[in-house]
Amino acid sequence: MATSTTSSPIELPDEVTAIRVSAPAGGFAQDLRAISIVWRRELIRFWRDKLRMVTSLIQPILFLFVLGTGLSTLAKHGMPPGVNLRTFLYPGVLAMSALFTALFSAGSIVWDREFGFLREMLVAPVSRGSIVLGKCLGGTTVATMQGIVILILAGLAGVPYRPILIVTLIGELLLLSFTLTAFGVMMAARIQQFQAFMAVTQMLVMPLFFLSGALYPLSGLPTWLTVLTRIDPLTYIVGPMRSAVFQSINMSPLARHLLSPGITWDGWLVPTGLSLAIVAVMGLAMAFIAIVEFRKND
Amino acid sequence: MVSKVDAAAGRLAASSGRAPAVMVQGLVKRYGSLEAVRGIDFAVAAGEIFGFLGPNGAGKSTTIKILCTLAQPSEGSAQVAGYNVVLQRDAVRRNIGLVFQDPTLDAYLTAEQNLRFHAELYAVPKDLVDSRLRQVLEMVGLWERRSSLVSTFSGGMQRRLEIARGLLHAPKVLFLDEPTVGLDPQTRTSIWEYIIELKQREDITIFLTTHYMEEAEHCDRIAIIDHGQIQAVDTPEALKASVGKDRVQIATADDVQAIEALSSRFEIEAGMHDGLVTFSVASGEAFVPRLFAELGVGIRSVSVARPSLDDVFMSYTGRTIRDTEATSSDSMRALRQRFRGR
Repeated sequence: MATSTTSSPIELPDEVTAIRVSAPAGGFAQDLRAISIVWRRELIRFWRDKLRMVTSLIQPILFLFVLGTGLSTLAKHGMPPGVNLRTFLYPGVLAMSALFTALFSAGSIVWDREFGFLREMLVAPVSRGSIVLGKCLGGTTVATMQGIVILILAGLAGVPYRPILIVTLIGELLLLSFTLTAFGVMMAARIQQFQAFMAVTQMLVMPLFFLSGALYPLSGLPTWLTVLTRIDPLTYIVGPMRSAVFQSINMSPLARHLLSPGITWDGWLVPTGLSLAIVAVMGLAMAFIAIVEFRKND
Repeated sequence: MVSKVDAAAGRLAASSGRAPAVMVQGLVKRYGSLEAVRGIDFAVAAGEIFGFLGPNGAGKSTTIKILCTLAQPSEGSAQVAGYNVVLQRDAVRRNIGLVFQDPTLDAYLTAEQNLRFHAELYAVPKDLVDSRLRQVLEMVGLWERRSSLVSTFSGGMQRRLEIARGLLHAPKVLFLDEPTVGLDPQTRTSIWEYIIELKQREDITIFLTTHYMEEAEHCDRIAIIDHGQIQAVDTPEALKASVGKDRVQIATADDVQAIEALSSRFEIEAGMHDGLVTFSVASGEAFVPRLFAELGVGIRSVSVARPSLDDVFMSYTGRTIRDTEATSSDSMRALRQRFRGR
């Protein structure tokens, strides 16, 4: 870390002196600095883009309050007394809000590539891993923040503000957001145009959402749909979120089992821990693939 | 040709007493069957402004990409700041600054945020970040605008900010890939003022590519590159001298006697052009004092005209550097700039 002041042949403005900065060799500390700044940039940009914050709330709110309220008359007879359809839809909508924000955040890599900024990151003397990780953590944070906005509206959907429930849901949001961002970053490593990225995203988001059990209970479905729902990774996070919500509501065990039957594999009930582990492992695997991809595309 | 290049590099390294900032040996880059760079050798001395002059597609960008560790050579080797570009990639990256042809700024961040991002990625010591940030921003005249979003900057301001950013981590070698392409002539001039000031102020080597002749004039040495090969490397002066002799025109008291005297005393054949005694001679400026001392005929005025770099380029490559491609890519860039700046 050599610092010395050299005299300058020409006149310097004001109190400025020629400072020699020689950056130290890399290492863990440098990787941490890189991860942190990539993460912070994501937050700055999210905060600055108020329009995006508002627009990405529209779809979840439509599902929760318009679809949820509209269909509740129809669903009245199927629902146990005292339980609202909005409450049933709430975990899915929560996942949905994170889904859009996380994928959009990951998509900014494609945007950065188109506008050159990705190059600034890729030529820096830091590992590709720390850039990918910074991006994933940035997307995780903003998507979770977006989810927290929906959490604030929990009361309107008949979901109680119990500290333990809030903490559980935030934890699950973090996990979901990380995996989704990692998925987005993995795709962004391959896709060159932002339009193409958005098209692929749109194509994937709705099937993921509809097959996740966000809109219906996972029991008593025809075989083909049962199989598809079990393949959808989103299922393994919406399930635990819903069971957390229904655990904090006073209702009969029968009704609870009807609405939140849990995820079964051929009759075997997948424990919540395993369910969450599946999501976590997928996230880590996809982040790893993203790192490999970025190392490859030099 | 190669031996001449090596000799020139050796001379330079010896005269500066420092290791060369860039050293390239037998560099080849193939993309499939296309040979973009066909075995080039050159060295850049520390503290030099070295220019790569050539038309689009000559291999300039490919070479710069290899030197910046963004592409791997197919054959040959290259060292930058004493480090091998393939084997010591991170060391090279820490010691170089880059300004690309196309903008690589985040338009949604402020000027200062862009620089801070860079400072973190390049691990500039934390206690030096603030002072260095101010120093480079003042150097390019953007200190007052540090809190403005980059999207509000003009093309010239963005380029200046990129230069400031490229310098932030005090690199040993600054690479400027077509630093003034797409800018108006006035901005181009001011960018060059910054580059020349920079060379005086920072202990830095500047490697740039250009296809503008007038920019090549600013370099200490230039390499003329065409079809993936270096056609010549030398100072602009020497290159022009190598092309041919300077053209000297004199107005004298007695033209006939002057022509006779030139023939008898200097063995130079002169003729009348534009009503002036006109002849060609190597290094005309050095010849003029002798002319005054020994001609023996009164001289009223003298003009010495050098061959231009256009002449140099023409003589080495057999064509002029003008290419239609430049116009289309410039306008694409302008379009993108507008889009970014919305």
